[in-house]
Amino acid sequence: MSFIPAPISRFFHRTASPPHFYALANRFIPWLTVLFLLLLIPGLYGGLIMAPTDYQQGDSYRIIYIHVPAAWMSLFIYVLMAVMGGIALIWRMKLAEVMLISSAPIGAGFTFIALVTGSLWGKPMWGTWWVWDARLTSELILLFLYLGVISLHGAIEDKRNAARAVSILALVGVVNIPIIHYSVEWWNTLHQGPTVSKMDKPSIHISMLIPLLLMAVAFKVYYAIALLQAAKLELLKRESSAQWVKNLLEKTV
Amino acid sequence: MEHLPQIKLEVADLSCSRDDRLLFSGLNFSLSPGQVLLLEGSNGSGKTTLLRVLCGFREADDGQIFWSGQPITESTFFADTAYVGHADGTKKELTVAENLRFALALSRSGKYSIEAALEKVQLAGYDDNLVQTLSAGQKRRVSLARLLITDKILWILDEPFTSLDRQGITLIENLIYEHVKQGGMVILTSHHDLSLPQMNLQRIHLDSCH
Amino acid sequence: MSLTQAFWAIIRRDLLLAFRRRAEMANPLLFFVMVVTLFPLAVGAQPNLLQTMAPGVIWVSALLAALLSLDGLFRSDFEDGSLEQLLLSPHSLSILVLGKIVAHWLVTGLPLLLIAPLLALFLGLPERAMPTLWLTLILATPVLSLIGAIGVALTVGLRRGGMILSLLVLPLYIPVLIFASNAVDRAASGLPVTAQINILLSMFLLSLVLTPLPTAAALKMSVN
Repeated sequence: MSFIPAPISRFFHRTASPPHFYALANRFIPWLTVLFLLLLIPGLYGGLIMAPTDYQQGDSYRIIYIHVPAAWMSLFIYVLMAVMGGIALIWRMKLAEVMLISSAPIGAGFTFIALVTGSLWGKPMWGTWWVWDARLTSELILLFLYLGVISLHGAIEDKRNAARAVSILALVGVVNIPIIHYSVEWWNTLHQGPTVSKMDKPSIHISMLIPLLLMAVAFKVYYAIALLQAAKLELLKRESSAQWVKNLLEKTV
Repeated sequence: MEHLPQIKLEVADLSCSRDDRLLFSGLNFSLSPGQVLLLEGSNGSGKTTLLRVLCGFREADDGQIFWSGQPITESTFFADTAYVGHADGTKKELTVAENLRFALALSRSGKYSIEAALEKVQLAGYDDNLVQTLSAGQKRRVSLARLLITDKILWILDEPFTSLDRQGITLIENLIYEHVKQGGMVILTSHHDLSLPQMNLQRIHLDSCH
Repeated sequence: MSLTQAFWAIIRRDLLLAFRRRAEMANPLLFFVMVVTLFPLAVGAQPNLLQTMAPGVIWVSALLAALLSLDGLFRSDFEDGSLEQLLLSPHSLSILVLGKIVAHWLVTGLPLLLIAPLLALFLGLPERAMPTLWLTLILATPVLSLIGAIGVALTVGLRRGGMILSLLVLPLYIPVLIFASNAVDRAASGLPVTAQINILLSMFLLSLVLTPLPTAAALKMSVN
């Protein structure tokens, strides 16, 4: 890490040391939870109650306040996983491995939510639960990619090896995601004729947009909370024989 | 073999654990041409793991390995090292000669020809036999012949005596003796005691390396 | 002991091995034919229906056959210790691995070209689509081998790697499936396919450059 200035490198090493990270996570989680609620409540209120009813779709469009942020998160988390995979492979940073592994189920969860809400939304829109729409199809493939990461990690016994394997897979996946995305989109226009995508509204009214953005940020904060919790657990599992975990146990018992 | 005198394997403060169990830590040693290192220790003490770390198959948790003063990944280490492990590394559907010729394509050729090496390991005349028709001991001899036909300074041998008869054991001891005499180095694990007292032999007991 | 020499030595050795195990090597090919045969039995033998489905059926079967053959790519090398010897060679593992993939494709991908006309005949694919079918097979089956190699390298050390392998690899095959079957489809209706072929060609070149490195990294992980 010679090309990184020493103070920054020191900061990273300190933050990345498991006990330090554990304490830091504990300090941050309550604040993040408060922030999450502060964003979620006005977001939901604004989206479900204050925003006007859509003249075409009625109230059923309101599912976008869950669907769209979840779909954004599903992609965002995968990209983040690949970044952490790169860090884990290049700098052998344990914390990046832990973050990568902990992110996978959360990302899969968001992808699943995006699929289910998309399908629920499809019922009043198209009259059927499932349409091979480009967005839904891409989301389904993304779910497969997440499940691949999770099951590969579960199958390899040695945890450091598993982290290495998953890092490689996440990087391979992230290179493929745009290719998959554009080929699916191309396939979709080809087989169904150009359909008006649900999000391609020429303009979305400001009273609808603000709650949507609030929800998007709330989802990001939720991800941060879930990630810190999962990472804490993963660290405890991995470092169960380390001194700092033993000290922690003595304190709580 | 006109190897430069400064060739040296140095291991500094190496530690390794498996499944949360510390195998060894703070391991230091160095090996120079003409020396043999015998790793001892009970089952599960990390002998094989250490050999695999030295081969670069496995990463150590901590510590460094130097070859002629440079970290092994930046040195000629992999061109200079041969490994004979539990698996023979031969293809059973190929003949003995085909296997050896392939090994030769991957590295510098040594001073033995394939025929001479087979004679040396007492497999003369087996060139065209498929490896799957050989016995376990004979397969082991094929992997020993691989050491002879290539030009490697460091031999890393994991339990080389298994499945060999009395004669085979003497054979390996002679090969090791000859190799170190010519400035080679050998690291091996074994339950047998080497019966060559005039060799420059180091021993490391892994059970005590914590 | 030059790199090129080692590269060719690997290809030669793997081809020789494939020749010695030729009975095994026929399996993916038979599988390809079998799967294609199942479709008319399952959906009915109406010529129109089969003809529309032909490009998709052939390509899905090719994908599955490629997947089935992947397991043999590194398995025996992993089990008999040959992989350790490759890792210990002073040459770049990526290039050696590329040699293995080339040999594997010659043995499992290329034969699909020979059998494809027979299947096209079974499914009533128009003759004018044949050159395109061949072209897509030539360009796209190497992509399947290259991408699949990453998946095999990641799972070769696992006892039940097969199921996970399909989960890892099939999503990555989707773009190939879309463009290859679409090209054949268009060719069957006499439409131009240059765009699809160009995209397949760029996928081939991209995967040729990008996949050996992660495959080598994954193999190192598996040997560990």
